[in-house]
Amino acid sequence: MDWHFVFSQALTQAIGPTMLVYALGAIGLNLQFGYTGLLNFGQAAFAAVGAYGLALAVVAFGLPFWWGILVGLACAVVLALLMGIPTLRLRADYLAIVTIAAAEIVRRLFRATVWSEHTGGSDGMRGFSDPFFALNPVPEDATWTFGFVSMESGRLTVDFGLFDLQYSHRDLWIMLIGWVLVAFFCVVLALLVHSPWGRVLKGIREDEEAVRSLGKNVFAYKMQALVIGGIIGAVAGFVFALSRANVQPDTFSTDFTFYFYVVLILGGAARIFGPVLGAALFWFLYNIFSQGLSQAITSGLIPSGAINQTQVGPLVFFLLGLGMVLLLIFRPQGILGNRRELMLDVR
Amino acid sequence: MRRAVLLLSAAFAGLLLGLGVNSSATAQDAFGVHGTLENQQDEPVAGVSITVTDAAGTEIATVQSGEDGTWAVPLEAGGDYVVTLDESTLPDGLVVRNGKPSLEVSISSDRTVLFPLDVQVVGGSPGGDEPSSGGDATEEAPGDGESSSEADTAENGENLAEIEDEGGATRAVSLLVSGLHFGLMIALAAVGLSMVFGTTGLTNFAHGDLVTFGAVMALLFNLTFGVPVWIAAIAAVILGAAFGWVQDWGLWSRLRKRGTGLVSMMIISIGVALLIRNVTLFFVGGERQRYDEFVGQKPWDFGWLVVTPKEVVTGSIALVVCIAVGIALVYTRLGKATRAVADNPSLAASTGIDVNQVVRLVWTIGGGLAAMSGVFLGISDGIKFDMGQHLLLMVFAAVVLGGLGTAFGAFVGAMLIGVFVQLSTLVIAPELKYVGALAVLIIIMLTRPQGILGRRERIG
Repeated sequence: MDWHFVFSQALTQAIGPTMLVYALGAIGLNLQFGYTGLLNFGQAAFAAVGAYGLALAVVAFGLPFWWGILVGLACAVVLALLMGIPTLRLRADYLAIVTIAAAEIVRRLFRATVWSEHTGGSDGMRGFSDPFFALNPVPEDATWTFGFVSMESGRLTVDFGLFDLQYSHRDLWIMLIGWVLVAFFCVVLALLVHSPWGRVLKGIREDEEAVRSLGKNVFAYKMQALVIGGIIGAVAGFVFALSRANVQPDTFSTDFTFYFYVVLILGGAARIFGPVLGAALFWFLYNIFSQGLSQAITSGLIPSGAINQTQVGPLVFFLLGLGMVLLLIFRPQGILGNRRELMLDVR
Repeated sequence: MRRAVLLLSAAFAGLLLGLGVNSSATAQDAFGVHGTLENQQDEPVAGVSITVTDAAGTEIATVQSGEDGTWAVPLEAGGDYVVTLDESTLPDGLVVRNGKPSLEVSISSDRTVLFPLDVQVVGGSPGGDEPSSGGDATEEAPGDGESSSEADTAENGENLAEIEDEGGATRAVSLLVSGLHFGLMIALAAVGLSMVFGTTGLTNFAHGDLVTFGAVMALLFNLTFGVPVWIAAIAAVILGAAFGWVQDWGLWSRLRKRGTGLVSMMIISIGVALLIRNVTLFFVGGERQRYDEFVGQKPWDFGWLVVTPKEVVTGSIALVVCIAVGIALVYTRLGKATRAVADNPSLAASTGIDVNQVVRLVWTIGGGLAAMSGVFLGISDGIKFDMGQHLLLMVFAAVVLGGLGTAFGAFVGAMLIGVFVQLSTLVIAPELKYVGALAVLIIIMLTRPQGILGRRERIG
């Protein structure tokens, strides 16, 4: 069994492009759920409209790439308003049901065959990411070695002996942008939640009535949190779409949102670095389980009769679901969180 | 393309689950014939034998549609070929709609050939005169004169695709009946969800997976142990009730005792849902499975209404069960206690009602009813690991429409949603009918958030 490979894969993924998508999505969710207490179960929809806004603008309407980004962000704002106006006056559980329904509506609309000539139906769209990768500063065919870091025809290898990290030049470009975005939003969020505005948000989470009685417009604050969190969700959608160079409606299912929640709770809600740490740990654990199990099966460590390769995925997600349940029961504050800050309840 | 879309929409019309192939014949460079059998829910029809013979009748190849519903036969030379779909290998209940399981095709380049599949309907049905409806959507080489056609893999029990050619009234009646049936299935699941919410305040996102649990347990008894479906169904309902009891005993009652917040419990229920779903996926696999009875049942044709006996029977049982639950809630001591707890748990406790016991009972009955819903849905539509997850949103819509926390509201809401979902296909594309139901959910939230039968109270 190739432990080197398993660890390399897990650590590569733990800071890789996919992890960045989950970190960004969970950062947006952190503002909504962690700081404001909004139970938004439709974060996947924000990622979806971001990704599809970009793809449709570039592919179907022939707009330049940067216009596509703007369209995606605008779509997220519109979705947040549409979702927020009917629901933000409602109790948390109603909000949860409506956002989950809204996310499902968005997904089904994108995969509908009625306008599949524009959206590609369930096949999704591609061909919008070329302008982005054209800006890639990492040369496609560079070859050099510097200590334990080596570059071989566009593939970076960082060899730590026990494990190595490997990224293609496309991954590197996505990661550069992605980590800059993560850092940017962490700073923005830190500034926001430590401002008077952020204190009102936390007040809403703790006791909405009390904040209302202080003369604050609770609805407006919630809406602002939903919009900003949604924009960050749309940015997660951009990174997701660009890292895969395509968009597909079924990747934006409710499970996508649920994994954002796992990431957020794992790292610790209402903590600036919670989502980043959670996403890294989530992808590390996911890969170490799935790669480890596949390796164990191929190397015969686990008898082939016990489980087969197609059962590895469900088994890993079963373990993650179990982990989520146990975490919420025994350590609801996650790794970084403060338990007293997160005695969540429906108000 | 526009015409193709229209044809596709027409072909989709009237299927309960709106299953239709999507137009994703994968591009292949190879020279030959190929096609994709895939329905609207991305459920490919696998394991169907397709034989290609040349004009002289010599067999060239027999292939089976793969896991992803695709099949392909590479050919060496152009010319006329006959592509035959072996109807005996179709999943039970499916037939080729236009009665032409063999298609003669003239090959000059790679091309798509698809078969319009549908549930078995009494002979002499219309549709034979519309070969290859909508198939143009999948053409890759237009102007080739292809007879490619679009395949509707309608789930059995829903024969409505046939009715699309008949009068609008007939279709409306049939849609109404299938809507009532669907509504009853939603109601079975919704009563449990709503009562659990009423008594504990928990919005249980894992309730849909109780539905899957029931269907899968019946599958286990039916296929693995070989017992008849009706015994398997009873066993599944009992196990579903036991599962509800165990869940409350092992998890939820303990969490309530710990004072875990409702939001945490809600997210825990998501974890439980992921857990159940992936266990199911682990053991059952990702394909849609069926019980070994009642598939492809011959429907009764009354002229104005086409309905399968199993639909009538399962619907009647569901209705009787719903009425029984309603009567029990109104007239029995435990029913009254349940409603009292739903109204105000502390007040109920102070009058001597054991709240925890009532909640346990609600979980048990809710689990049993959800399992029953799962078995019945499994009988009509087949069993899949995520069937409950898809039903859950409809159940939410029903429960919110009727008023969260009220059993009668859940029933009324479920019937309305079921009928609405089916009848909406008269005007919108069937693949969007769930969107319509979810939109209703949001509109209700805007205008009357307490639902039809809910009490007016602060929910903001």
